[in-house]
Amino acid sequence: MDVILFLIFAAIAVVCAINVVVQTHPISSALSLVGVMGSLAVLYLLLGAEFIAAAQVIVYAGAIMVLFVFVIMLLNAGAETRKGRSLMVQFLGVPLLIFFLGLAAYFVQRMFPDNTMVRFGGFTCAGMQTGESCGGAETVGRALFTTYLLPFEVTSVLILIAIIGAIVLARKELE
Amino acid sequence: MLQAVPISWFLTLSAVLFSLGVAGFLFRRNIITVFMSIELMLNAVNLSFVTFSYHHKEVAGHLFTFFVMVVAAAEAAVGLAIILTVFKNRATLNIDDVSSMKN
Repeated sequence: MDVILFLIFAAIAVVCAINVVVQTHPISSALSLVGVMGSLAVLYLLLGAEFIAAAQVIVYAGAIMVLFVFVIMLLNAGAETRKGRSLMVQFLGVPLLIFFLGLAAYFVQRMFPDNTMVRFGGFTCAGMQTGESCGGAETVGRALFTTYLLPFEVTSVLILIAIIGAIVLARKELE
Repeated sequence: MLQAVPISWFLTLSAVLFSLGVAGFLFRRNIITVFMSIELMLNAVNLSFVTFSYHHKEVAGHLFTFFVMVVAAAEAAVGLAIILTVFKNRATLNIDDVSSMKN
């Protein structure tokens, strides 16, 4: 059952990701990207990361993609025109990319020959009993507010800077 | 028939998504699509983080994913504001036309 679920949603993610790259119109790419993020949320659930799955749907598929679609609408972006590319890109681009992917896959297989098996609900932390969920909001929140308190606080400064930057960039010139 | 999913499948899926993100980043000419490819790469890395979190029975990977999401949200806000400004000044979305830093 887990394998079937993984295969279905991995296939959806890969097909949508290919669609993001090959579509010429930005709005088609954006909608395909929503598909990738939705299927990744299901895979996070399979890995026992409930909180991250919810955050993925809300933050990525919700907030960020709405921002993208909004900007595409605002700029009235049309389909991309194909232009002549250099010979190197035409003939070497895809083979080099497949080589890079093969290298990555090879190292993954080399480094994890023991193959930890992923089962739904099988994610347990070191000090917890089996059956207890480790990826829920409680565990994540506890770690966030104890071990990772300083990064969390620094993040608030980052968001403040992002807000100010976005306002400064997007406002009309005053003079 | 396998009863559970090997961890390397998740990592390979992450590698595939990352490669597609790199392809989009390098091959596309529309600045918005290039930006979306960056988001795709960030998502692939997030999947790796959560998978390694499962492998090591640690919750730390989830926290890193959380921080990546926050950074991605901040980056999307600022990046799209920059795209708006570029479009306002130059009336183009093609990255080949925005090359005043060249030479």
